[in-house]
Amino acid sequence: MNMTFIIDALVTVIGITTPILLAASGELVVEKSGVINLGVEGMMLVGAIAGFAVTFETGNPWLGVLIAMLAGASASLIFGFLVLSLGANQVATGLALTIFGVGLSSLIGSNYVGIAIDSLDSPFPDDMAHDAFWRIVFGHSPFVYFAIFLVLAIGYFLNKTRAGLVLRAVGENDFSAHSIGYSVIGIRYAAIAFGGAMAGLAGADFSMVISPLWAEQMTAGRGWIALALVVFAGWRAGPLLAGAYFFGVLMALELYAKASGFAIFPSQFWAAMPYLIAVIVLAIISSRDGKGGTAPACLGKPFIPNG
Amino acid sequence: MRLRLEKRLEPSHRMLVLTPVLSVLAIMVLGVIIFDGLGYEGQQAVWELFFTPVLDVYKWRDVATKAAPLIMIALGLSLGNQAKIWNIGAEGQYIVGAIAAAGVAYATQNMTGFWIIPLMVIVGMVAGAIYAAFPAVLRTRYGVSEVLSSLMLVYVSLQLLSYMITGPWKDPDGHNFPQTAQLSDAQLLPRDLFDSGIPPGLLVALIAAAVFYVVVSRTVFGFSIRAIGEAPHAARYGGFSSDGIVWATLMISGAMAGLAGVFELMQLTRLNLGFPSGYGFTAIIVSLLGRSNPVGVFVAGIVLAITYVGGQVAQTVVHVPNATAGLFQALLLFAILASDLLVRYRIRFTLKNDVSVQRGDA
Repeated sequence: MNMTFIIDALVTVIGITTPILLAASGELVVEKSGVINLGVEGMMLVGAIAGFAVTFETGNPWLGVLIAMLAGASASLIFGFLVLSLGANQVATGLALTIFGVGLSSLIGSNYVGIAIDSLDSPFPDDMAHDAFWRIVFGHSPFVYFAIFLVLAIGYFLNKTRAGLVLRAVGENDFSAHSIGYSVIGIRYAAIAFGGAMAGLAGADFSMVISPLWAEQMTAGRGWIALALVVFAGWRAGPLLAGAYFFGVLMALELYAKASGFAIFPSQFWAAMPYLIAVIVLAIISSRDGKGGTAPACLGKPFIPNG
Repeated sequence: MRLRLEKRLEPSHRMLVLTPVLSVLAIMVLGVIIFDGLGYEGQQAVWELFFTPVLDVYKWRDVATKAAPLIMIALGLSLGNQAKIWNIGAEGQYIVGAIAAAGVAYATQNMTGFWIIPLMVIVGMVAGAIYAAFPAVLRTRYGVSEVLSSLMLVYVSLQLLSYMITGPWKDPDGHNFPQTAQLSDAQLLPRDLFDSGIPPGLLVALIAAAVFYVVVSRTVFGFSIRAIGEAPHAARYGGFSSDGIVWATLMISGAMAGLAGVFELMQLTRLNLGFPSGYGFTAIIVSLLGRSNPVGVFVAGIVLAITYVGGQVAQTVVHVPNATAGLFQALLLFAILASDLLVRYRIRFTLKNDVSVQRGDA
């Protein structure tokens, strides 16, 4: 193994980890507020097609990114309306959002199959971004830097700010938070919209950077990995960052197994690996009963204010 | 005037039946608006989507073929729904059931005998149940949410399918296509029962619905499932084991998904990459639209099958993309979830300053 190979591998890992990190960071905020949104995969797909279509039509990738976030947030608000204003079941509604995202993105995307756009490149000057060694730091898309900033910022927000404390209070004890005057429903709407915007951004990372084209269901289940990641991380930002890169390594193994023939196992084995490991890690984490961080007490429970 | 929600003491049975019908109607109206907005002939698209499959006799067989697996899977899921246990990985159990039955077919490819088809059915159901046992053991022993674990296993099953049809069970005469060999005559049921145009799967679905009806409404097991879902603490106090219900509902829904996989395999006559059709996910919509009631599930399965067939018609006639049916199915699920409010709450119009008294227990 030479230096170039190692650097290539690390650049790949960082790239494919990023959408998971973005989506999981958003979902972390949503779940901290006491809501579980299983529609991450669907919101990612809506973001992916929105980002791709707008970039293709206008030639402006930044507008594409913005619209992808708005599209993800809009989709999440359908979920928000059903579970917050109408008290619908969160599991079923989240699942409906995923099915909706798959359908809507395929419907819009049918006009964009087989078209490629320019990938959104590193924001740094070319000689830094393409340097044989320093590309490991400077050679990534803007999504990569934003994702790392995002998870750190969310960690700070949740633990060090007053607003973060209020958000956690809403997730831990909605009735108490309501009785001292916080708008449980309003805060949860905001959290859901934020989670939707980040999932939309994660989707745009797929269709604008990782493979700059549109393909049906191109997110290939990564939204579900992001949901599992929030559980592994024990609803904490630091472990979320570490866990995301752990999964990034697993997903990179699939790509490298295909390309470089460690053919001990068939490629399908490597493709199934992140999901198998996810299930196993879920079992290990969940059986440690509280030591690895616990779920917000009100997670998944509907809140219907009296009156 | 002001709108007020008043919690019902008991869910409204009239609304329980009425809301799925209203949801379907609402989606038809919404469909016209959406299609018009996208620049298609809205009214005609909705007509093709929902009515052509019903009015065109030649489409009935297609509807029945698609309804059969949906009903089988949704019946199994409806038990879990009532106990609030969410098996969202039925698609994986459906695929694994079909893979297992294809394995029986592979082993018996040169044999004949009346026992081959029953063996395929049993092996497929057992495989589906075993695949659903993973989320069950993870939930009861380790406290892992069955929602995530069952879903993760769908992606694993897709890779297993891809491996089997490109590797060990690849059709040697298949011109290198990733598919298994065609089932032999001894492994296939007649396409139609008694030349009636009814596919055998639909008859099985009908029998299954009858069995589920009896089990849910007439047995202690059926009662304990509802008890766990509605009042878990009271049910545990009454001696029902919640772990037992998790196991039972997941294994039964896995077996039903496996059964659907076997019949779909026999219907398609081989496994290929197109086999995972999303029936396992659509069946979740079927079970919720059917209000987890076996009769309702049967009707809902036919309604969802109509949207699949109608989607294909609309694609050829009005040129809407083929993803349209999926979008409508999702909208239908949104509508049914939203309308749940009417089941649990009563909407009252009151005067602004009307100090109305909540009705309590008489």
